[in-house]
Amino acid sequence: MSGLLDQKFKSGEGGVLLTTAEDLLNWARLSSLWPMGFGIACCAIEMMQTFASGYDLERFGIFPRPSPRQSDVMIVSGTVTFKMADRIRRLYEQMPEPRYVISMGSCSNCGGPYWQHGYHVVKGVDRIIPVDVYVPGCPPRPETLIGGFLKLQEKIRNTRLTEDPAPTALLEMEAENASARDQKPAFAEHFGEEPQKVTGTEEPFQPIA
Amino acid sequence: MSFSELYDLLLSRFGPDVIGQAHTQNPQPFLVVATEHITSVCEFLHDDDRLFFDLLACMTGIDNGPQAATMEVVYHLTSIPYEHNLVLKVIVPRNTDEQPLPAVPTVSSVWRTADWHEREIYDLVGIRFDNHPDLRRILLPADWVGHPLRKDYQDLDTYHGIKVK
Repeated sequence: MSGLLDQKFKSGEGGVLLTTAEDLLNWARLSSLWPMGFGIACCAIEMMQTFASGYDLERFGIFPRPSPRQSDVMIVSGTVTFKMADRIRRLYEQMPEPRYVISMGSCSNCGGPYWQHGYHVVKGVDRIIPVDVYVPGCPPRPETLIGGFLKLQEKIRNTRLTEDPAPTALLEMEAENASARDQKPAFAEHFGEEPQKVTGTEEPFQPIA
Repeated sequence: MSFSELYDLLLSRFGPDVIGQAHTQNPQPFLVVATEHITSVCEFLHDDDRLFFDLLACMTGIDNGPQAATMEVVYHLTSIPYEHNLVLKVIVPRNTDEQPLPAVPTVSSVWRTADWHEREIYDLVGIRFDNHPDLRRILLPADWVGHPLRKDYQDLDTYHGIKVK
């Protein structure tokens, strides 16, 4: 769990720290993973328990945020229905980079008990957004979710700045889906274009004297 | 009031054209009511002082499949002050793909709770309710195709570009 930086800071030793920008950035990111505060089904009950004092996710710097704009990680905690899928994709697109997704529980991993007869369930949230960590269970115990977060921290710790930027994963996925249904994804339509200037005929702004 | 007393009362009030066969072999005996009269029968059951069925406890839509070619709506009524119960059933012919959905008159004017029950039956089984104030899908998205609890329902290939199977 504790890397070099944690040890040095916590022990109070070492007036000078030598590290790389990459390690510093990774350490900063993995030490304050803010998940989006939303839950979909019964897994969310276990997730709330994990946030609460008994398991205390805040000791890892993990604290739910009420807005996707402030969130680093989305925990998909429950059954993803087709009705919810559009909303989840929209929320994911609203999160700032770098963003991560933890798929919690069987439903979100692969459709779970709805695999065969669930006409209304997306068979795995990875069909709509890229997933970083899958947490197994039905529902997973709080320890398992904490394990998922530790796995995610491990993944972030090994991130290289020279790697492809994160949006590529979503864009590749969208392109793949788009070619499958032979149309461009809605949000990629104007990707890379110059922003259009609004040329209004309205009067210039007059400050009140 | 027992089931046979209720049956006799309804029969004398509405006659054999409206009140069909009484099925008493089941654990829950039920009456088959003529489809177009279900609202007036329910109004009577709700308003009459001897009956006072103030609670529509449950409403069920059943698809008997293309072989039987019928669909059913089942009404479970309870009178809370008199503590008696009654089960009514309406049987309608099942539609094929080209035909419009089968229709049953609404009872949401009698019991407000029927509003959402009827929307759910419409959404999942595909029975229309005539004179319903707001007959929309209640659980599935508004642009969903088909009624998934029908016996011959086929899964969609994709929904909004997401593979279903």
